[in-house]
Amino acid sequence: MSQTMTKGANAPEMTRHDFEDFLYMEAALLDEWRLNEWLALFTDDARYMVPSTDCTDASTPANSLFYIADDRFRLGERVLRLNKKTAHAEWPRSKTRHTVHNVRIRSVEGNVYAVTCNFVTYRTKNDVTNTYIGHHEYKIVVGAQGPKIQEKRSVLDLDSIRALGKISIII
Amino acid sequence: MEKQSTNSRSQYVIDDGNSGLFKVARKSFVDDAVLADERQRIFERCWLYLGHESELAKPGDFVTRVISGRNLIFNRDRGGAVNAFYNTCTHRGAMVCREAKGNAKVFQCFYHGWAFSDEGRLIDQPGKEAYCEGFNDNGSSNLARLERLENYRGLYFLNFDRNAVPLDAYLGGVKEYIDLVMDQAETGMEIAGGTQQYAIDANWKLLCENSIDGYHGGVTHATYMDYLANTVGSMTNSGLGGGGRQLGGGHAVIEYSAPWGRPVAQHVPAWGEDGKQDIVAIMARLTRNFGEERARRIALMNRNILIFPNLVLNDIMAITLRAFYPIAPDRMHVNAWALAPREETPAMRERRLFNFLEFLGPGGFATPDDVEALEMCQRGYKNMHAVAWNDISKGMNREQPGTTDELQMRAFWRQWNSLMTAKEATE
Repeated sequence: MSQTMTKGANAPEMTRHDFEDFLYMEAALLDEWRLNEWLALFTDDARYMVPSTDCTDASTPANSLFYIADDRFRLGERVLRLNKKTAHAEWPRSKTRHTVHNVRIRSVEGNVYAVTCNFVTYRTKNDVTNTYIGHHEYKIVVGAQGPKIQEKRSVLDLDSIRALGKISIII
Repeated sequence: MEKQSTNSRSQYVIDDGNSGLFKVARKSFVDDAVLADERQRIFERCWLYLGHESELAKPGDFVTRVISGRNLIFNRDRGGAVNAFYNTCTHRGAMVCREAKGNAKVFQCFYHGWAFSDEGRLIDQPGKEAYCEGFNDNGSSNLARLERLENYRGLYFLNFDRNAVPLDAYLGGVKEYIDLVMDQAETGMEIAGGTQQYAIDANWKLLCENSIDGYHGGVTHATYMDYLANTVGSMTNSGLGGGGRQLGGGHAVIEYSAPWGRPVAQHVPAWGEDGKQDIVAIMARLTRNFGEERARRIALMNRNILIFPNLVLNDIMAITLRAFYPIAPDRMHVNAWALAPREETPAMRERRLFNFLEFLGPGGFATPDDVEALEMCQRGYKNMHAVAWNDISKGMNREQPGTTDELQMRAFWRQWNSLMTAKEATE
């Protein structure tokens, strides 16, 4: 992918190192089930998406069946749900370990950075460990209060999710 | 007491209409021998869903699919005919098609290069001169075709038993409900892009039960109900009211009103004025085509339909087709699709898919909890030596069981039991 770099006049300079720190923090919040703090990393118009494994880059939640396609309201409801004991799939809570690597800044437009990284997320519950493999595509807005996630698209590099069963955690 | 009761007892099912008791033996979910028998008596004999006509829109279109453990090619050939073939080279066995979907005039095996037309005919073999004249005159080296492939309203089913009754007769009483779903489209239904392909570590019959189970909703899906209550304008004041029906042949349904929005056609305020205009136009068309009473039933009622043995057609806040297959007594594979009218506006399609994901699928607010419940049932059956029977008696004391009763599950089990205990005809 060619890089486009058209920084806005007032956009703070962000390096790959800065985004690595940011994404490591996001991963830690998820692993520690600090979901309210995790949600605070997102903008008010944010979207979180996990396409089905037969989707393409051109697929959108408007034209294709995804696994997850949350607007900011539903993402907040997802967090509310996961914080409850009545979210049976995640109670007792699973243990997760989110790892991110190969972090790259792909383009910058104004103060919006397109950042991608690879991920492996492990989830263990009922003595079964599932391995979620893929890459995240972020749009991250950098403002006075630091970076905020405007879009997170988690693309599974799998042919199906038969080995995972379900996506009851945030990956 | 329940008029549909068979008043019978087998090693698997106790159906006692007089006492209002219905019990299913837990060994039905765990035994390898039961699964082997199911493959013989059910999956080899019943009509199984293969795919939807919209997946083969153009000549040459194909999809590959695993149905009851068999690797199959489902395609539309240049002449427009729809076919199903066993995906195996007649030479040495390799799968001749290794892609999930595409468009092909020829399926060429990559092992030695045998090539088959989209009608399954063997059209080329490298080194042809080394084969005797008339090598394939009897057609035995053509791709093997599924002889029984039939379609009802765009749904293609196959049968591994060439002597099976016609699909139309097999579907029988469930056609009324398939029609209520398909009639929502003016120009036909289509599969919206994207397939959910997941797995559950539980017996396949637990998903038959769960997909038409109105009893578990309030408890299992408490967080979904919380979510609905938190949304602004995503509900009407329609209550949950309706009933379950046994449709014959193991097919069953619950039909009911519900508060959520339906793309065809129950408006909710969150869809705004544009959405309202769409819904008004759809209602007008349905009324024109079917009269007011049927139009209202199509548009405002919800249906969870089980097409025996393993296809679910749920017409709720969106429409899902869900087919599932046993892999082992304690594991199933599930394929799920979203079905939608072709003529639907882009805005309504977006609402439909948004609706779908709030409840349905392995990343939704409800299905993951169903999966957990089914898997916990399967683990609970480890105790079957102490607790050997499940109870499915709810509503047996009623003239017309409601949606939270279990008549529709008993309908499934009565047919399952009848096939599993029938005296085998001698060959």
